Amino acid sequence: MNGVHDVGGMHGFGPVAAEPERSEPVFHADWEATVLSSMLGTTRLRQWNVDEFRRNIEQLPPVDYLTFSYYEKWLAALERLVVEHGLVTEQELRTGQVQGPRLDPAQLPAAWEPSFDPPPTMPRFTVGELVRVRNRHPHAHTRAPRYVRGHVGRVEAYVGGEPLPEAASMGRLDVQHLFRVRFEAAELWGEDAVGNDPVYLELWESYLEAAGEGSR
Amino acid sequence: MAQDHHDHDHDDHDHHDHDHEGHEHSDVPSEVALRAKALYSLLVDKGLLEPGSVDRIVEAYEERIGPHLGAKLVARAWVDDSYRTRLLTDGNAAAEELGVGGFRHGARLVVVENTEDVHNVVVCTLCSCYPMNVLGPPPVWYKSAPYRSRVVMDPRGVLAEFGTSVPDGTEVRVWDSNSEVRYLVLPERPAGTQDFDEEELAALVGRNAMIGVETVRVPSGAAQ
Repeated sequence: MNGVHDVGGMHGFGPVAAEPERSEPVFHADWEATVLSSMLGTTRLRQWNVDEFRRNIEQLPPVDYLTFSYYEKWLAALERLVVEHGLVTEQELRTGQVQGPRLDPAQLPAAWEPSFDPPPTMPRFTVGELVRVRNRHPHAHTRAPRYVRGHVGRVEAYVGGEPLPEAASMGRLDVQHLFRVRFEAAELWGEDAVGNDPVYLELWESYLEAAGEGSR
Repeated sequence: MAQDHHDHDHDDHDHHDHDHEGHEHSDVPSEVALRAKALYSLLVDKGLLEPGSVDRIVEAYEERIGPHLGAKLVARAWVDDSYRTRLLTDGNAAAEELGVGGFRHGARLVVVENTEDVHNVVVCTLCSCYPMNVLGPPPVWYKSAPYRSRVVMDPRGVLAEFGTSVPDGTEVRVWDSNSEVRYLVLPERPAGTQDFDEEELAALVGRNAMIGVETVRVPSGAAQ
């Protein structure tokens, strides 16, 4: 989706305010570790995958997305996921009191299996080939940021098979070939490019179309 | 613990319950802290989360898993050329060779090497993907909109804010971690460290250098 999370190339957020590396604590408050452990612990139950988690974060109201801290966004996404997947009821979440029976993690059928086979087809693109990122604007979760859509880059490497985020975010498995693509600054930013420094991303096969010499 | 001074102007910084202390709560827990605790307790009470999970997470990321693991890989690559080749070829296998594991299924560690000609810097513009099993949880600035929005368009401007200047003839490559590939920068070994052993070298390698916003420097007086 074209959400506020897709910030690459946006203006106006100001300078990077970095705490000194040596003094920045791992957790800035106890509850951050609480959220992280809830997140890691429930991820192990294999009820959802990382793209479903990301979709829930991206669907936060834009103002919340920009003002919540990182772990606050995680908490909001987790609260939605545990209800969406029936691990916790709305009422339990509201009252903090367990209503039904305890659940046995070993008995929970996995809704998402993290292992998968590579696609049976040959990769459509080869290293060195020019490709264009299709100009698509799906409502669904996607991992093609806006700043590369419609732009041409060169395939740097074939990475392997990886679940397509659009499908995975809805709990469906669609394994596609993944390519590492290099984009030149002038291609991405036109006459406003600050320098000549390139950007690399990985793009799924269905995100791309051939753009090279002699291609259709 | 030490009274860490926090910069409160961070875009992405939490702002409710810890105005001046690193880990201590202020007297009144924030709404978000209460919600975090409530969800955690509910998951434990339902049998979905083991009691004590949070203590194990704090112990893991404050004691065992952090930038010192990445530094170990870097230092080994600096002293052992064949390890360097293995690290650049298959990051997961090379990390596991040194006892650094914890790769999520499907996560690939790709190590990119800084040279005279290339300087690498890592970002995740869409969220905050980061090689957590090698560097620990990401710093707040890495997750913030200013860093994520600008480093793809003006990497040298962002590096300058970290006090890092890359020569004009050196290409800055920005790696936007939008898939399950996790990037780690192999910084250049600083001059004047030919007599350092592996452990001394590892102690020089900071988190920011492995993200690529800084280079590795020898503290003045330490050069031999």
